[in-house]
Amino acid sequence: MSLVRLNRVSKVYPGGVTALRDADLTIERGDMVGVVGPSGSGKSTMLHLIGALDRPSSGAVHIDGYELGRLSDRALSGLRAHRIGFVFQQFHLAAGVNAVDNVADGLLYSGVRLRERRRRAAAALTRVGLGHRLRHRPHEMSGGERQRVAIARAVVGEPALLLADEPTGNLDSSSGAAVLALLRDLHTAGTTVVVITHDPQLADALPRQVRVRDGQVTAR
Amino acid sequence: MSAAPPSARLGVADVARLGAVGLRTRPLRVFLSALGIAIGIAAMLAVVGISTSSGAELNRTLDRLGTNLLTVAPGETLSGQKAQLPAESVAMVHRIGPVLSASATGKLDANVYRNDLVPKGQTGSLAVLAVRPDLLTAVAGSVAAGSWFNPATEQFPTVVLGDAAARRLDLRAPGPRVWAGGQWLAVVGILDPVPLAPELDSAALVGWDAATRYLGFDGHPTTIYTRSRDSQVEAVRAVLGRTVNPGAPGEVRVSRPSDALAARRAADRTLNGLLLGLGAVALLVGGVGVANTMVISVLERRTEIGLRRSLGATRGQIRLQFLMESLLLSGLGGAGGVLLGVAVTAAYATVQAWPTVVPPWATLGGLGATTLIGAIAGLYPALRAARLAPTEALA
Repeated sequence: MSLVRLNRVSKVYPGGVTALRDADLTIERGDMVGVVGPSGSGKSTMLHLIGALDRPSSGAVHIDGYELGRLSDRALSGLRAHRIGFVFQQFHLAAGVNAVDNVADGLLYSGVRLRERRRRAAAALTRVGLGHRLRHRPHEMSGGERQRVAIARAVVGEPALLLADEPTGNLDSSSGAAVLALLRDLHTAGTTVVVITHDPQLADALPRQVRVRDGQVTAR
Repeated sequence: MSAAPPSARLGVADVARLGAVGLRTRPLRVFLSALGIAIGIAAMLAVVGISTSSGAELNRTLDRLGTNLLTVAPGETLSGQKAQLPAESVAMVHRIGPVLSASATGKLDANVYRNDLVPKGQTGSLAVLAVRPDLLTAVAGSVAAGSWFNPATEQFPTVVLGDAAARRLDLRAPGPRVWAGGQWLAVVGILDPVPLAPELDSAALVGWDAATRYLGFDGHPTTIYTRSRDSQVEAVRAVLGRTVNPGAPGEVRVSRPSDALAARRAADRTLNGLLLGLGAVALLVGGVGVANTMVISVLERRTEIGLRRSLGATRGQIRLQFLMESLLLSGLGGAGGVLLGVAVTAAYATVQAWPTVVPPWATLGGLGATTLIGAIAGLYPALRAARLAPTEALA
């Protein structure tokens, strides 16, 4: 069973904008894929669908065997809590909250107790190379470190799928390279990684590329 | 296909932590909007507390003074003339079964002056009263300086001054003489204020026999003070008119001074209602402040909402988070308001030398009201936050 399967998927937003048209895509477990396209190509819509944040207008999206169109909002939330980890361009860390508690929030909605959440958060931070930064708050860390905290939060629940949306977009090239290396390490360790980016160079550094243009998947 | 793994339920502690994090990162705003609630609660609690404390003080006073005192005064005759009580009326009151004591004062047609050089017109509105020696115990009065009449002094031209009378004559201690009815009277004592018989405060009191001998007193009492057994006060009251003046019971006015004290308190209650209403308005404004803070909070934290949705939070959990934040915010204000209200009450009561009483129902009611306000103020913002689609929130 594929981890992600898009079958003739279209997404039409209210107002008649078609963001995605008859897209087909399959991502197997253990893949590392770059979804690449210029802005407005529909790759954000792709991210929302693969991330179970939204449902398609037509066609079927299967994530880990569940068809999104058939799930309630509550069930979609559950799917995200247990199967998917997100990394965003802007990190989205809570200001004034230390790294451990930021990462621990990644387990909040999966029913893990606070003590266990913190223990696993510390382990995840060590895994991304921030074992010495556990008690630091976001404003005390560099951009690259913040993104690594965000990655730790995404993987602390050991999701089947890690979705990174322009993970290096706000970073200088060396921090960006470090973040990419980290994603590669996670992939090597078995996590399925999908990187959404407008940067062809970044995508070319990944084992597999999916190109999106004008709402259509042009190369798989 | 099996059902998707459910989002877990959040424990109470987790929800409380979520709400607290939202508040902790914006301390000034939290302080200010909690202050609004606190002022409302404090105002209401202080009104109730001060009123209750004053009531407790009144009860204490009444316990000390007793509520079994009745006074009898002449009313008016049918033709509108000032009536007179018979000279033997005090003795007749004594004969009523449940009566414990009876005493009297008789108003003299004389004025009292600091000395014989003071012009006649400057009476200072002071009365001169002939008194029975047992009057002081009947009205539960006490002597501030000097002494009350004893069997010797009541026979001689001596005088005991009421509290206000002593001040108006500018006498702080017994000893000097005052000029009354063409006589020098030696001041032997000064009384404390008498709450149950305020008419004694602005009077110069002369012994019954001395008044007859030196000041031309006619022996007719003008006020009779009588105490009876507590359970029988109303029964005594019913027969007093006929006993005092069997010929014309309608010409006698009977009253119960402790009722007047209690009535004054009832008058205060109207004002309390008004103040309580003002406090409620303040509380309402505080609630609007909390709602405003929460609406802004939701607007500012779209990305946090989006992030939490992406981490697996359901709509219900987002709703709960913001509702809890609102509850904590107003709860904080409520707790502060209770402390402030109790402090204000305690300070005021201490200054007035009253007992401090804040009724528990008012405290609980205040906290209950803040919880309600927090829930109402937070409801709309929380619904708005929960309605936000994750894709919109992250955009």
